[in-house]
Amino acid sequence: MSLSPTDVERIAHLARLQLSEAELASYSVQLQAIVTFVDQLQAVDTVGVEPMVHAIELSNVLAADEVREGLSRDLALSNSPDHDDECFRVPAVLG
Amino acid sequence: MNAAPYTLVIGLEVHVQLRTKSKLFCRCSTEFGRPPNTQVCPVCLGLPGALPVLNKQAIDYAVRTGLALKSEIAKFTKWDRKNYFYPDLPKGYQTSQFDLPICSRGFLDISDSKGAFEPKRVRFIRAHLEEDAGKSMHDEVAGKADSRIDLNRAGTPLLEIVTEPDLRSPQEAKAFLTELRLLLLYLDVSDCNMQEGSLRCDANVNLHIPVDGKTVATPITEIKNLNSFRAVERALTYEAARQWDQWSNDHIAIGGRPKQTRGWDDVQGVTTLQREKEEASDYRYFPCPDLVPVTLTGADLDKARGELCELPAATRTRLVQQYELKEYDSDVIVSQGRELVDYFERAVVAGGPAKRVSSWIQQDILRLLNERQQSLTQLGFSAERLADLTKAIEAGTVDTSRGKEVFAKMLDDSALSVAAAIEALGIKAVDDSELMELCHQLLAENAKAVNEYRAGNAKALGALIGQAKKKNPNADPRKVQELCKQLIDSGAV
Repeated sequence: MSLSPTDVERIAHLARLQLSEAELASYSVQLQAIVTFVDQLQAVDTVGVEPMVHAIELSNVLAADEVREGLSRDLALSNSPDHDDECFRVPAVLG
Repeated sequence: MNAAPYTLVIGLEVHVQLRTKSKLFCRCSTEFGRPPNTQVCPVCLGLPGALPVLNKQAIDYAVRTGLALKSEIAKFTKWDRKNYFYPDLPKGYQTSQFDLPICSRGFLDISDSKGAFEPKRVRFIRAHLEEDAGKSMHDEVAGKADSRIDLNRAGTPLLEIVTEPDLRSPQEAKAFLTELRLLLLYLDVSDCNMQEGSLRCDANVNLHIPVDGKTVATPITEIKNLNSFRAVERALTYEAARQWDQWSNDHIAIGGRPKQTRGWDDVQGVTTLQREKEEASDYRYFPCPDLVPVTLTGADLDKARGELCELPAATRTRLVQQYELKEYDSDVIVSQGRELVDYFERAVVAGGPAKRVSSWIQQDILRLLNERQQSLTQLGFSAERLADLTKAIEAGTVDTSRGKEVFAKMLDDSALSVAAAIEALGIKAVDDSELMELCHQLLAENAKAVNEYRAGNAKALGALIGQAKKKNPNADPRKVQELCKQLIDSGAV
């Protein structure tokens, strides 16, 4: 599978990354290398092999529906770039 | 019936907030209306290293709902990450279910007791569990150009129910939502409070237009921000007309333009373009490595099935069969919720005649609950007292109109029995000879009305009722009128 620079641009856009021309070129090469490496898996014959949905063979890890105290608001807000007394503040969200 | 030159095609996505006490993947409270950011923890804030643990109650509610919707419940279901960036989504992805949702297919039957549309079966595509996002508020104070984020709601469990595009009119869509809401309330899985956002709806809409013997479909729009059933009805009516106008102008069919997302503006009464829809693959779903799958056994499902309550459709039929109520009356009681059905049945078990209990509930109890904005418990008029009152009316101890006085008296004093209220109001049964005497007296004093009645004015005797009430408040007006007519018709007077 090969990646075109347009593919890389699109992936960058979805990740909200703004890449310079130089970055786009170098990341395209790196990303292609990763995809090519993973592509080796295509060589494995998987006929008759159950698809695996999860790396851990566990299921039903469940908790009872009981409320537990979380973080205090001050602590919750403390790591954010911007906040007021009650809320996180972010650049304007419109619509 | 439908004179429009097109068929309106509607599919709905309904987000139901499940009424768990804690969130889907952490144990923060889901209580509505608390101060911002006071129900948060490392998991729902998306802090690095925090690990989610699934709420068992949410699975139970989803299974219960799926069974009631006649869905297939997955024996194996898993969690996926839906990736997008928005400030109210702290993790940068929403934990949802992509290819193995907990419920698939199923249906809900709807009908209209007034016959506004034909009964129909609305099929479901799927229902899956996912977490809600937080809430963003644009700060208009001081003209600051930023938004404030409250993450109390982030992580609250939602069941997203997706229908097939089976609905054909705004009325059908509203009826479907009303029936779905009733079902969810019977199941007790959600409070379905629309003001608090516990039930939210998006609609996918387009038109099928016959052109030269073929059917052309218009591009699909998804309408968001439908915060009431009335909004759903209005928005769909508006959107159908808008798509017809647009088609008439540009003749662009489905595929000629990407799917649009439009927002409903309840004040202006219009839908406005929000964005052209990203492709599903742009969300880059992938299995969530932090959460393990959920497996359900046949025994689990049998147990859940056994615990399922009677559903509204079954209750409607049963009230008709068991108590000989009319379908319309049964529907009125059932549509008010389980509490009223229980109240009705308790009154009947306590000896109240079913039809009379049903009409008292519809005419008096419901009117009062509405006027006073009270619940049945707050009203303080037990089913047993309603049984006693309706028994007394049925037995003729009090007539219906004085029965209303007894009812009012009993409402004022929650300890007052029917017998005590009747006594306090001075109500005494009037025996036949007393009644006969009263009627003779009335007819003798009202020669003019008698003559008018003889001349063919059947209503002329109505004038006597008021006088009868004055002479003896306990005289049953219906009986007085009947007896007077008999006396005249038989030539006795």
